[in-house]
Amino acid sequence: MSQNPPQRERVVLAQRRGARMVRTRVEVQEQTEIGDALVRGLMRAQLGLGLRLGLGLVVVVVAIPLLVFAFPEVAAATVFGIRVTWIALGLLAYPVIYLMGLLYVRLAENAERDFMSLVDDEESEVGGGP
Amino acid sequence: MNGVDLLTAVALFAAAFATIAVGAWGGRFSRTTSDFLVASRAVGPRWNAAAVSGEYLSAASFLGVAGLIAKYGADALWYPVGFTAGYLGLLLFVAAPLRRSGAYTVPDFAEFRLSSTAVRKTAMVVVVVVCVLYLIPQFQGAGLTLNILLGVPVWVGGVAVGTIVIVNVVGGGMRSITFVQAFQYWLKLTAIAIPTLVLIGVFAGDPQPVGDPAPPRVSAPTTVDVTTDVVVTVTEPKGVRITGTLDGTEVHARVPTPGRHVIEADSVIALDAGAATPVVDGAPVDGSDWVASGDGFGDRHPLFQVLSLVIATFLGVMGLPHVLVRFYTNPDGRTARRTALAAIALLSLFYLFPVLLGVFSRLYVPELLITGASDAAVLLLPSATIGGPAGQALAALVAAGAIAAFLATSSGLLVSVAGALSTDVLRGRVRDFRVAAVAGGGIAVALSLAAGSLELSRTVGLVFAVAASTLCPLLVLGIWWRGLTAPGAIAGLVVGGLSSGIATSLAIAGVVDDSVLDGWLSVVVGYPAAVTVPLAFGTMILVSLATRSRLPGDLSRTFARMHVPERVGMGIDRLPGRADDEPGRDRTADGPSTEGPDRHPRG
Repeated sequence: MSQNPPQRERVVLAQRRGARMVRTRVEVQEQTEIGDALVRGLMRAQLGLGLRLGLGLVVVVVAIPLLVFAFPEVAAATVFGIRVTWIALGLLAYPVIYLMGLLYVRLAENAERDFMSLVDDEESEVGGGP
Repeated sequence: MNGVDLLTAVALFAAAFATIAVGAWGGRFSRTTSDFLVASRAVGPRWNAAAVSGEYLSAASFLGVAGLIAKYGADALWYPVGFTAGYLGLLLFVAAPLRRSGAYTVPDFAEFRLSSTAVRKTAMVVVVVVCVLYLIPQFQGAGLTLNILLGVPVWVGGVAVGTIVIVNVVGGGMRSITFVQAFQYWLKLTAIAIPTLVLIGVFAGDPQPVGDPAPPRVSAPTTVDVTTDVVVTVTEPKGVRITGTLDGTEVHARVPTPGRHVIEADSVIALDAGAATPVVDGAPVDGSDWVASGDGFGDRHPLFQVLSLVIATFLGVMGLPHVLVRFYTNPDGRTARRTALAAIALLSLFYLFPVLLGVFSRLYVPELLITGASDAAVLLLPSATIGGPAGQALAALVAAGAIAAFLATSSGLLVSVAGALSTDVLRGRVRDFRVAAVAGGGIAVALSLAAGSLELSRTVGLVFAVAASTLCPLLVLGIWWRGLTAPGAIAGLVVGGLSSGIATSLAIAGVVDDSVLDGWLSVVVGYPAAVTVPLAFGTMILVSLATRSRLPGDLSRTFARMHVPERVGMGIDRLPGRADDEPGRDRTADGPSTEGPDRHPRG
């Protein structure tokens, strides 16, 4: 076999994939209805993620002063001679904040990867330019 | 000038000189407007996170946090936690979309999002006000520090720091201060970590009770000069002698009765070794009250104070122009997120130390609690606890860190002021940037000399409240809600800005008596965020809903640009004078090219 037939096949495949990729990108770039829906989907995912994590932090944070206010004896408990409020706010709060941030960065980048694979690999559309 | 002063002076000059030198080195290639405004958007996440943290850790963090903890105990722990958690809010809701918008200042973002020059101008005014308000405590802190360390008049420090900062910013803009600020983060961390570690050693060698039901005591005979009128609580009068004006009468070496007393300016308080220190009114006296939380910061509504402070600090970072401007210097949205995350790590590391220093301050320099001038605690601790050359060296190191704190934060603030003024009032050329920097810096120095002062962290907390009530709702709603209109944004900025600004002015002026409305008026004025933030968000949303006909056009494109990853190729980096730049062409760092088929494996 000469090398020509596989070469030709690859070129054709690449053009098809390329065409499809560019077209779905153009959907986003030109804000067609499909493109807009894709962007809204991404936004919803990111906002939901941010709100869930933010709400988690708020619940923890608001709970601490309320607990202290309502049950002063809880706040008076000690670990190794140090008050739990000092340990919670002086030490533990920081790794918790960092881990929440790390989780967010991971999940937000995942959401973006999903979005990009939708934009670049979508197979459901039939041909024809925008 | 004795040995301590000399060593400290050398350290101060070394820190200031290093700042100018690093700035000149970093800025030697600053040529274009993009260099000056956003460092040509080519700063990687590690450098940028160090620069963000270096810029953010102001005098309020370096000096103020430890002072507040020494004074108020457990509740003051909320300050550093809030200062850090604010970056989580920034990361979750603002960092990546703000960078992807391609804006170069906050007012530019406002115009990009709402297609309205009126919003742009309003946002510009807010940015300048927030930055100038924030500059004032920096310059005042510098004055206080040089006054304590070198004995020079208070105005000298503010003017000196102001001058250095103006020179640096005029010289190289953002490109130059990126290196300066990254360097200053590490300087500040060193300057606070080493004294803390040494003091841990001192404490471990001679443990003292923390949190006993007893007042703080001085270990050596001490005299305290009262320079402004104070109200103090005396628990054990033994060994306390007051010369001057006590409760309105002239006294000489009088031993006060237990209870509250007014000591007027120019009095002198002498304390014998082992005497219980009188404590400024409003702060907990007994160690057991101090170590317990729930008493707030010396007012009648502690729970409101704490919650309001939490709101201000958590949301305020999202509205600080000098922090936001650093996120425009990232190459893309992904690195903007990573910068915010790395900044959280760096800040967490830093804030462990001022908390400990606050505890040590109450043990070793309790005499500061008399006048409430607790901002001085970090500066005085090393020489008070460790005598001799080692103590002097540590004191000099702390002084260098403090001066780095003033310089870094004020440089960042001044770049923001100059960026906003030069592009929105002047014509956006490099020369305009320099003119704006000189003008903005000069005004801030003048105001810092004229204004009264609270504790550094409290003033900064108030500025956070202003930021959280103005730019934070603008950005959060602008990024996530399609319904925001230009009239809504302006109304929200004006209502939030006026309400929080008036509260801040009243609090700094100290004119609200705490008996009005059962103390509620003074606590709302002192900690306004819990009221003004919902007010600003509410105004923006309601007015936007009422003016739906004024929705800006082409929302789909605007939102796609903010939220879609750069690889799709929609990003446009805006710059003054050429708003319609080529998409993504001036990215210089590691980001993949934005057009053409994706060459990266997906999965």
